[in-house]
Amino acid sequence: MKIPFKYTLKNFGSRKLTTGITLIGISLVVFVFAAILMMAYGVQKTLIATGSKENVIVIRKAANGEISSLVEGEVQDVIRTLPNIATNSDGKQMISNEPVVIINLEREKGGMSNVTVRGVGQVIQELRPQVKIIEGRMFNFGVKELIAGRSINERFKGAKIGDIVKFAGDDWKIVGTFDSGGSGFDSEMWGDADQLLSSFNRGNTVSSVTLRLDNMSNWESFKRAFDVDKRLKQHEPKIEQKFFEEQSEAMATFIRILGIFITIIFSFGAIIGAMITMYAAVANRTVEIGTLRALGFKRRSILFAFMAESLLISVIGWLVGIILASLLSFFKVSTLNFGSFSELEFSFALEPSIIVSSLIFAVVMGILGGFLPAVRAARLNIVKALRAA
Amino acid sequence: MSAIISVQNVSKSYWRDSLEIPVLNNISIEVQEGDFLALMGPSGSGKTTLLNLIAGIDKPSKGNVIVAGTDISKLGESALAKWRANSVGFIFQFYNLIPVLTAFENVELPLLLTKLSKSQRKKQVETALTLVGLGERMYHYPKQLSGGQEQRVAIARAIVTDPVILVADEPTGDLDKNSASEILTLMERLNSEFKKTIIMVTHDPHAAEKAKQIRHLEKGDLV
Repeated sequence: MKIPFKYTLKNFGSRKLTTGITLIGISLVVFVFAAILMMAYGVQKTLIATGSKENVIVIRKAANGEISSLVEGEVQDVIRTLPNIATNSDGKQMISNEPVVIINLEREKGGMSNVTVRGVGQVIQELRPQVKIIEGRMFNFGVKELIAGRSINERFKGAKIGDIVKFAGDDWKIVGTFDSGGSGFDSEMWGDADQLLSSFNRGNTVSSVTLRLDNMSNWESFKRAFDVDKRLKQHEPKIEQKFFEEQSEAMATFIRILGIFITIIFSFGAIIGAMITMYAAVANRTVEIGTLRALGFKRRSILFAFMAESLLISVIGWLVGIILASLLSFFKVSTLNFGSFSELEFSFALEPSIIVSSLIFAVVMGILGGFLPAVRAARLNIVKALRAA
Repeated sequence: MSAIISVQNVSKSYWRDSLEIPVLNNISIEVQEGDFLALMGPSGSGKTTLLNLIAGIDKPSKGNVIVAGTDISKLGESALAKWRANSVGFIFQFYNLIPVLTAFENVELPLLLTKLSKSQRKKQVETALTLVGLGERMYHYPKQLSGGQEQRVAIARAIVTDPVILVADEPTGDLDKNSASEILTLMERLNSEFKKTIIMVTHDPHAAEKAKQIRHLEKGDLV
């Protein structure tokens, strides 16, 4: 039979200082580990939320994102002829030809940063109903007016209602603020697509075309029609949500790889800390170990008891770390999105896989830190251990 | 009476680097069931080593140690641990109680190696602690007890499994005169009333007087 868990539990509390320091070390590593995964997941969640499962986006095949994509006027005309495109109550096709440009604005906290300005078509509110005006009004088509996403409004100077933004040689008046439910659109400014095209002298070449199908079950037939049309061979349609999900991949992967690399280095410190604590525990309890062995407890019982102690430290450390990390969900941060080269605001987001992977990470730290000391404890010679009194 | 312990031509040496240090030289001794044997001798005479060999926590370099029909010198590590759990009760000079466990939990430890149920264990622990006069202090921690009381807990732990033999290494070595006397009286009672076979290592002639038989060791030889 094993040494009772209460022995492990009571010993855990008996050396408060060393155990406490080790516990803090492990919880900090878990915190950093979970925070980075939460950051990567937050970016993904924000961008995935940007796209709709109901919309289709058309971009140039070779383009990494909207910013490097070009959809010429002739292509836009061909797209309009494709089957299964939904129409609104006015009989208009639900298509928004969108030029996407980047401008430079000054942040509230100082320094300049890139902001995406998206030109949108008349059916935009039906195409993206999640976007709601929360202050002011919708811009008017035909004039140089903009509406600013909630996070742009909060984080940039001159992005408040009534402010004038200068770019492409024109003055653009901000007339409203919109909220898209925490998606990437919150980090954009929107205006009339035609006005934007004329300001930037882009003719009628937009960055992307977003459209709604009459029914998503027709997606395959729409795609087939698109793919067989040779005039569209330079372009490809994607479900909007999938497109934005792909846009998040590069950045999320970069955050994950960098973060995991950093945490693994940190974890060496925590493992060594756990090892020192457990070696000290073995040294302090040599006589106890000898006594338990004399009483008939087997080597493996001793091994399990010390491993259990190390694991207990790591699991409690994990709990503290993950609770601290979960508090980050209340914070929003912004960073340059590699996909659009502009600022993207997102929240740290926790998901079950982060909880599980950080637990596994903590348990691995506990096992690595506790194993050698536990083996030492189990291998102690009974007579020598008893003489340590 | 039959011999419950038979030590046959046992030698034991330790190695320090490449130097062999003989501790016991071809010793043979028999202990009868129900005996109370005191092993005396100066420091380094090998008395504790002999006790360790009988208790199965050390192995002889040569010879055999047979306890209740089992040649324990031939048992493997795991079988020996099981044998100790069933057959030996240990009483140490410094009590060797687990400081984070209560008196009750300390006494219960050897029973965790048996198949007894929780309620059966509780009953046996209570009986053992009552027998040593600590029925009222079951839930005290070792640091809340006096040295004499700690040693009584250790004795309760030694007898709780009803082992074949009790081995005691200087059981009164760390106690004042009165506590030592109480412990020896308790051991005498375990021997006379409960017929426990006891082997005790001691320096103290007063302690040895309580034994039925005294053997002296000198430089690894029985004299």
